[in-house]
Amino acid sequence: MAVTRGFQGRRSTAESSQLPPGQYLTRDFPVLSAGPTPYTPLESWDFTVRGAVDTPVTWSWEEFRSLPAESFTVDIHCVTKWSKLDTSWRGVSVDALLGAASPRAEYVTAFCDGGYTTNLPVADLRGGQAWVVFEYDGNPLPPVHGGPARLLVPHLYFWKSAKWVRGLEIRADDEPGFWEMYGYHNYGDPWREQRYQGD
Amino acid sequence: MTRYDGNAIAGTLEDIFGGDLTTAACVCGQCGQSGVVAEIAIYFGGPGIVARCPYCDHVLLVITRHSGMYCVDVTGFAQLSTPSALA
Amino acid sequence: MARTAIPGRLTWQQATVVETRFDTPQVKSIALTVPGWSGHRAGQHVDVRLTAPDGYQAERSYSIASAPEDGYVVLSVERLDDGEVSPFLVDELRTGDELELRGPVGGYFVWDEPLGGPLFLVAGGSGLAPLRAMMRHHRATRSEVPVRALCSARSLEALLYREELMELAACDPFDISITLTRVQPSAWRGYRRRIDSDLLAEVAWPPADRSLTYICGPTAFVETAAAGLVGLGHDPARIRTERFGGTGVQP
Repeated sequence: MAVTRGFQGRRSTAESSQLPPGQYLTRDFPVLSAGPTPYTPLESWDFTVRGAVDTPVTWSWEEFRSLPAESFTVDIHCVTKWSKLDTSWRGVSVDALLGAASPRAEYVTAFCDGGYTTNLPVADLRGGQAWVVFEYDGNPLPPVHGGPARLLVPHLYFWKSAKWVRGLEIRADDEPGFWEMYGYHNYGDPWREQRYQGD
Repeated sequence: MTRYDGNAIAGTLEDIFGGDLTTAACVCGQCGQSGVVAEIAIYFGGPGIVARCPYCDHVLLVITRHSGMYCVDVTGFAQLSTPSALA
Repeated sequence: MARTAIPGRLTWQQATVVETRFDTPQVKSIALTVPGWSGHRAGQHVDVRLTAPDGYQAERSYSIASAPEDGYVVLSVERLDDGEVSPFLVDELRTGDELELRGPVGGYFVWDEPLGGPLFLVAGGSGLAPLRAMMRHHRATRSEVPVRALCSARSLEALLYREELMELAACDPFDISITLTRVQPSAWRGYRRRIDSDLLAEVAWPPADRSLTYICGPTAFVETAAAGLVGLGHDPARIRTERFGGTGVQP
């Protein structure tokens, strides 16, 4: 490894207590995506909770937007090592969405326009820890950042916060999602630096 | 989102396969369109590289890397020929 | 492959900056010496790797803008203001500095004299870099393959290798067209718009000539040019493309 004179990368340091191990602070908002940006018209957009549930539920955009929403500020941590502090969002708590369907199993696969998936325990989407957000920084969520709506689970690495999310499938088995299948950690806790399987 | 093409990962592919793969002929496993690896769509997706069919967006190839090892999934191709000189 | 002099795997090599020069306010050409360089084909690129003192690394791929016959490996790097690597290469890197590269890589977007022509080279912005390598290789080998080139830039100031293009335009086998899409000098006699089907029809070889076409630029530019040529009746199998993504600004 040969150090390049003067190169630091686009990084700055923060109070280490605010950043999980191995993370760097970024001030901009990198756009990372595994495919083309989908542009689903709001009139054909809906959100579904299905699978091992008492009552499968589907909300149209209008119905979804009439659910109680909350505004909140959180830190986000990407597995590619950037973190962004104090990001503000507005969205619907996943508690409300799960409450309407009553899950009967422990795991979730979030599914999205474009085919992306990610897996999480149901417990990590409960207790005010996760949202389906539709505003970022006071504005409608831009398509490149996952609009019209994305999952936001800030206590896990950001690949779990699926862009363009269209629903949650409740499952009895913990089926690996897109990146999890290719060696990324099944759970992805940034504070325990669970980047890859085996971490 | 920024889309590149297979030329952009020539180095990574050569690192993995030991030769130039960008001139290799390939067939999409979903729509059946044929082409060369240089022309497939590439997204630098954060955790890894995702290659998609330029016609139907089907995922053709995924590359991730950690601890010095590559994880390479080429199962999205119906066919991927060995590199050959296009000339 | 047989052309590779180095046996075994692709390896990172130490390169030294011998000269840097601004080609435009946003693009700097960096000339490098690479000990044991195995030589390259016109149109190939290299991966560049930068390492911070704490071990953090960033990698990018750049086209080689010099011909195989030139003495140095030249990279023409466009500064992307929100980028991580290009502002460093353009603003910080100095003569005598070292950086790591591996290559040359890529065997698709290349032109060697035996591939023949007639050639049609289409460049959007800094997509001119690998096509410049092809034109320099053409000159160095005294090729008689006829060349038409179409270079698109936002303004004359943003056009890469201006003087070199003027010199080439004066040479017999070269016919170089330039379109300035945003700002034109008052007496500008070239094209003044983004490439479209009509412009391609005027500048390209007739489809019956079965020209060999190379298109390089931002993704949206390449898509427009390639689809335009196919629409005019050019054989898609004779069109090779290289996309370097999109910065939102179309040259």
